[in-house]
Amino acid sequence: MTKPVVIVGASMGGLRAAEALRRFGYAGPITAIGEEPYAPYNRPPLSKEVLAKEVSHEAVAFAQRPATEDVNWILGTRAVSADLEHHTVTDSTGQVHPYSALIIATGLRPKRLQVNNSELAGRHAVRTLDDAIALRAELVPGARVVILGAGFIGCEVAATARKLGCDVTVVAPGIHPIVRPLGVELAREIQRRHEAEGVRFKMKTSVSDLIGETKISAVLLDTGEELACDVFIEAIGSDTNTEWLDGTGLDLSDGVLTDNAMRAVKTNGNVTEDVFAIGDVARFANPLFDGVARRVEHWNIPTDTAKRVGQVLAAKLNEAENWPAVLDETFAPMPSFWSDQFEMHILAFGLLALADEVKLIHGEIEGDCVFGYYRDSKMIGVCGIGLRSTVQGYRAQVGTQS
Amino acid sequence: MTIKIDVDMSKCQHYGQCVFEAPNIFRLNNDDKLEYVAEADDSERANVEAAIDVCPMQAIFIVEK
Ligand SMILES: Cc1cc2nc3c(=O)[nH]c(=O)nc-3n(C[C@H](O)[C@H](O)[C@H](O)COP(=O)(O)OP(=O)(O)OC[C@H]3O[C@@H](n4cnc5c(N)ncnc54)[C@H](O)[C@@H]3O)c2cc1C
Ligand code: SF4
Repeated sequence: MTKPVVIVGASMGGLRAAEALRRFGYAGPITAIGEEPYAPYNRPPLSKEVLAKEVSHEAVAFAQRPATEDVNWILGTRAVSADLEHHTVTDSTGQVHPYSALIIATGLRPKRLQVNNSELAGRHAVRTLDDAIALRAELVPGARVVILGAGFIGCEVAATARKLGCDVTVVAPGIHPIVRPLGVELAREIQRRHEAEGVRFKMKTSVSDLIGETKISAVLLDTGEELACDVFIEAIGSDTNTEWLDGTGLDLSDGVLTDNAMRAVKTNGNVTEDVFAIGDVARFANPLFDGVARRVEHWNIPTDTAKRVGQVLAAKLNEAENWPAVLDETFAPMPSFWSDQFEMHILAFGLLALADEVKLIHGEIEGDCVFGYYRDSKMIGVCGIGLRSTVQGYRAQVGTQS
Repeated sequence: MTIKIDVDMSKCQHYGQCVFEAPNIFRLNNDDKLEYVAEADDSERANVEAAIDVCPMQAIFIVEK
């Protein structure tokens, strides 16, 4: 019996990997193991319109394509370990899955706040559909919502909660929301627009404890101030889901390190032949920018990296003519990001956080505007509020071979 | 052979990600709104499928006849 390709993580990355294997001509068995009970679904709406409207799997599920109908989806089941020497994965029911190739697509989970009163009820994070369902039930008009963290997800949730009539305060250590990727000028403007809609910001501080009997009634800030709170949402970044790979020898220092063909790399520097990583959990160097391996938590990355694996792995398993020449093709996906907050439609390409210089290149800061992001005077990113065609016009200029 | 393309305009947020994958089918007009060709040659199928993959709102469909 032919051993299947085993995909661990049944979200966007896992789904796209299965589709890409089929598209590149691999017809053999595929097994996908996913911890969540749901078929793959789209996460970005969870902090945006789905949270405001109907929260259901149906509203966010990815369409299933005929080519992947025969994939063996094992859902509601976690992979607990992998044995790279014997080419097997063991799941939480104890079943052992031999693989011909392993694709790691286990993504991230939200970091959680560690404080004395951590066990109080009323804490939320937003990563999964179940998170969104639980949170939606509490976002009632007048609810006092405190959001810790002012990145994209924190700001999106703030805008959505405000639109639902909640009383919203964002608490974060930075000087402005989303300042690290966007730069001070644009970040300050985003804060201003949030404030104009009634969102309050407590910047340059954090939450040092939670207050309440069984459920949170207030949060205590580093400044000593107490904020009354019915709903507490933590949006303070993520950790990688790689514990199940401990002891495999893979370099897991921040996600799974891979080469340009998305093949996992070991701590001794050896590249594995049959283990791949994709999506949020993969750390790889992108020749568009430089040789530094980074994880990129943007929505287009699971799809692009999955296609790269599909191309490489299908060629290998089919012993195709382009094997192993396909390994030498350069993979350089353009990171792409968007975000909706109130009337702001933010669209970006590139790796804005790498910039040493940020400047306004179109429009006016109070209205629709486009910012250019530069490193050593080369454009490495572009971001706009509105003006989407203009932002798109810069896409081809972003990133230069190092 | 032709394919029929449908965009759910109640979902579409005019991000224009589809434009890069299937430039013959999708474009943003002067008002930054999506315009698309509803019927195309089958040779566009792969491009449209790529556009379906990258649409953040999952608003694009190929209508199978
Ligand atoms: C609320 C929210 C809003 C977002 N908005 C945007 C946006 O506007 N724009 C943008 O560009 N990006 C956005 N993103 C990021 C984008 O959604 C992610 O980049 C994308 O979901 C990553 O996909 P993935 O398949 O790599 O990982 P994930 O979607 O994290 O999937 C990993 C899956 O693996 C499962 N898993 C983990 N461990 C195991 C195990 N041991 N065994 C089996 N299964 C396991 C998990 O349960 C999960 O289902 C947003 C993310 C969130 C959470
Ligand atoms: S990618 Fe989707 S949301 Fe964006 S313009 Fe195209 S159809 Fe609309």
